[in-house]
Amino acid sequence: MKKVDVIVDQYGCNRDSLISILQDIQAGYHYLPEEVIRQVARRLDLPLIQVYGVATFFKAFSLKPRGKHLVHVCLGTACHVRGAPAVLDEVKRQLGVETGDTTKDMKFTLETVNCLGACALGPIVVVDGNYQGKMRPGKVKGVFKQYRGAIEGKQA
Amino acid sequence: MNKLRSAAGLEQLRNRIMSQRDPERTCVVTSVGTCGLARGAAGVAQAIATELNKDGLKGTVDFRTTGCHGFCDIEPVVVIYPKRIVYCHVTTADVPQIISETVAKGKVIKRLLYTNPATGRKIVREQNIPFYGKQYRLLTDSIRFVDPHNIEDYIALGGYTALCKVLFDMHPEEVLDEISKSGLRGRGGAGFPTFRKWEAARNAPSCDGVRYIICNADEGDPGAYMDRSLLEGNPHSVIEGMIIGARTIGSHHGYVYVRNEYPLAVDNLGIALEQARQYGFLGKDILGSGFDFDVKISRGGGAFICGESTALMASLEGRIGEPRPKHIHTALKGLYDRPTNLNNVETWANVPLIINRGANWYSKIGTEGSKGTKIFSLVGKVNNTGLVEVPMGITLKEMVYDIGGGIPDGRKLKAIQTGGPSGGCIPESLIDLPVDFDKLTEAGSMMGSGGMIVMDEDNCMVDMARYFVKFLTEESCGKCVPCREGLDRMLDILTDITEGRGKPEDIELLEELGDVIKEASLCGLGGTAPNPVLSTIRYFHTF
Repeated sequence: MKKVDVIVDQYGCNRDSLISILQDIQAGYHYLPEEVIRQVARRLDLPLIQVYGVATFFKAFSLKPRGKHLVHVCLGTACHVRGAPAVLDEVKRQLGVETGDTTKDMKFTLETVNCLGACALGPIVVVDGNYQGKMRPGKVKGVFKQYRGAIEGKQA
Repeated sequence: MNKLRSAAGLEQLRNRIMSQRDPERTCVVTSVGTCGLARGAAGVAQAIATELNKDGLKGTVDFRTTGCHGFCDIEPVVVIYPKRIVYCHVTTADVPQIISETVAKGKVIKRLLYTNPATGRKIVREQNIPFYGKQYRLLTDSIRFVDPHNIEDYIALGGYTALCKVLFDMHPEEVLDEISKSGLRGRGGAGFPTFRKWEAARNAPSCDGVRYIICNADEGDPGAYMDRSLLEGNPHSVIEGMIIGARTIGSHHGYVYVRNEYPLAVDNLGIALEQARQYGFLGKDILGSGFDFDVKISRGGGAFICGESTALMASLEGRIGEPRPKHIHTALKGLYDRPTNLNNVETWANVPLIINRGANWYSKIGTEGSKGTKIFSLVGKVNNTGLVEVPMGITLKEMVYDIGGGIPDGRKLKAIQTGGPSGGCIPESLIDLPVDFDKLTEAGSMMGSGGMIVMDEDNCMVDMARYFVKFLTEESCGKCVPCREGLDRMLDILTDITEGRGKPEDIELLEELGDVIKEASLCGLGGTAPNPVLSTIRYFHTF
C-alpha cells in the first residue's frame, strides 16, 4: 500500500485530484481494490462514499480485478454501422466471456468503449493499446493469434 | 533554450529557424496519428528513419512525423516534399524502395499511388486527391507541417505571433471586439457565440479575482474525432488560443479536460505544454509582458456527461460528474464558483487565426449565421472516410459525393446522422441542405461536434435510434427522473419494435415520452436525448 501513499503525495494530498489519483492507482493495479479506496479516503480525509461514488460513476474505474490483457471493442456510431456488434459477438466467443468480464485464468478482460476516435477505420478492436482497424468477425481469431497460447491455456 | 522575453525575441527565433530551413530540400513526412498507428505507421516511421540514416543519404534529407493529414482511409501515408508525392497504404516492406527510388532519384513508384476510384487513374500529388478538392483546411492544413513534438515547427508557421499581438498591441476589449466581429460560434455543439462567453467571464465579479479558462476536449460524441486530431497534430494552436482567451478575460489558470480514451492526444499535449513553458509562452511573465498563465491537463474518467460544462467542472473538482442547474451560468460561477470560460478544442484553435488575419477576413468565410470552417468526421458507409474541413454552408451532397466519393458497392444513400446522440438522422431527400448551425437545427438534427455518419440502405433506422437511446441510457448520470427512467422506457419500446413486437400506438407513446424528457431534464444530455428518435419518426415514419 506504500505505492498508494506515494501517488497521493505526488498530488500534494489534494482532494481535487481524486480522479487523477485513482487513475494512477488503477494504472498500477489494473483495478481499485477495496482497501485502496479506503486508504485514499483516509488520506484525503474524504467520506468513503465520495471516493466510492467517483470510483463507480466513471467508466474508467473497475472495482473488480482485471486480466493481464485489456481487450476493448469500440461500439461508436461509425463502428456500429459497419458491423461492430457482430465483431463483439465473435470476440466474446473467442474469449469465452461476456462484456465486462475476465477470463478465468485472468489473462483477458473484455470491455466495450463508446468511441476511440479512429472512426475512419472502424470497426476497431484494441488489445493492450494496439489498435486493429477494419475488423470483421473472420479477422478476430487472427488478432488473438499472438495470444493464442494464452487462450488455449484457459481452455485446458 | 532560454525563455523568450519579448515579441522581438520571438521574431528573431523565427528568423533563425527559417534561415536553417530550405523549402526545396527533400523532406519525407509520415503521419503517426492514432489512425495511422492503427494501420502500422509506427513501423513505417521507424523504417524510414533507419533507411535515411544509411550512408549516402545521411544528413541530406529531412524527416518529419506529423499528426493525421485527414484522409484516414489511405493511412499509413508517406509524403515526399517538395513535390508532395503521396504514397498510401505503405508498409515497412515498401520503405527501402521509396527511399532508394523516390527520395534518392525522384522516381515515382506507381503501385503505391492513390487510385481515383471514379476514373481509375493514379494520382501523384497529395493536393490533387479529390478528397481534398472541396475542402478549406484552415485549421487542419498546418498539421502536415508540424511535428507536434517540436514547437519550432509551429513557430516556423507564424505560431504565437497572434499571442504577441494580443499581449503587446491590443487591449483585451479590442480582442473581444475582434472575436465578436468574426462571428465565431462554439464548435462543441450548441454553437453559442464565443465572444458572449468571454465577455461574461471577463465582466463577472470574482471574490478573489480568480478566473478560469477550460478547454473541453472530452470529445464524447461517438463518431467525431476532430478534437483528438487537433490535439495530436497541432496542440500549440489550441494552447495559443487558450492563452489569448486567458489574457482577454484576465485568467491565470487553465485546464484541458481531455478524454482518457485518447492517450496519444494526452501525450502530445503534455509535451507541447512543457515546450511552451520552456520557450516562455506559458508560466510567469509570458514573453516579458508581465502576464502569467499556465495550463494543467486533467484526464476524464470515461463519462459522456462530462462534456456538459457543469458536469465537467464537477469532475475537475474531484466529484462525480453530475450537472447542476444553470440559472447562474458558468461564465459567472463555474469552477470553484469562480467565473469560468469554457470552449471546445476546435473553437480555441480558431482564435489565433482570427487575431492574425482579422475578423473581416474570417467573417467572409461561411454563411450568414455560421462563420468560418467546420471540421467534420465523414465516416460510416462512404468511400473516402476521414476528417474533412469545409466552409460552413457546403451541402450534404458535396460532402458525401464530391469529398466522400459516394457510397461503397454502388449502394444507395439512406440517411446521414449528424450531431451524435443529441442529433438526428437527415434523410436522403434533404441532400441539398447546406450544412451550418441553423440549417441542421431546422432539419431536426444539430451540428454537434461534427460527426457525420453516412448510412446506406442496409442500415435500419429504428436500429440506429435504438443504438443512440441505448447509449444514452448508459450515459445518463441518473440525476433527473425523466431522463433516467424515460430513456429506459424508450429503449424498451424501440427494442420491441426492432424485435418484431411493435404496436401501432408505440410511435405516439415515443413522441409523448420524448417531449417530456426534453422539457423536464436539467441538462443538454436529457434535453436533446430524444432527438435521434424524434427525427427518425419525422423522416422515416412510413406505414
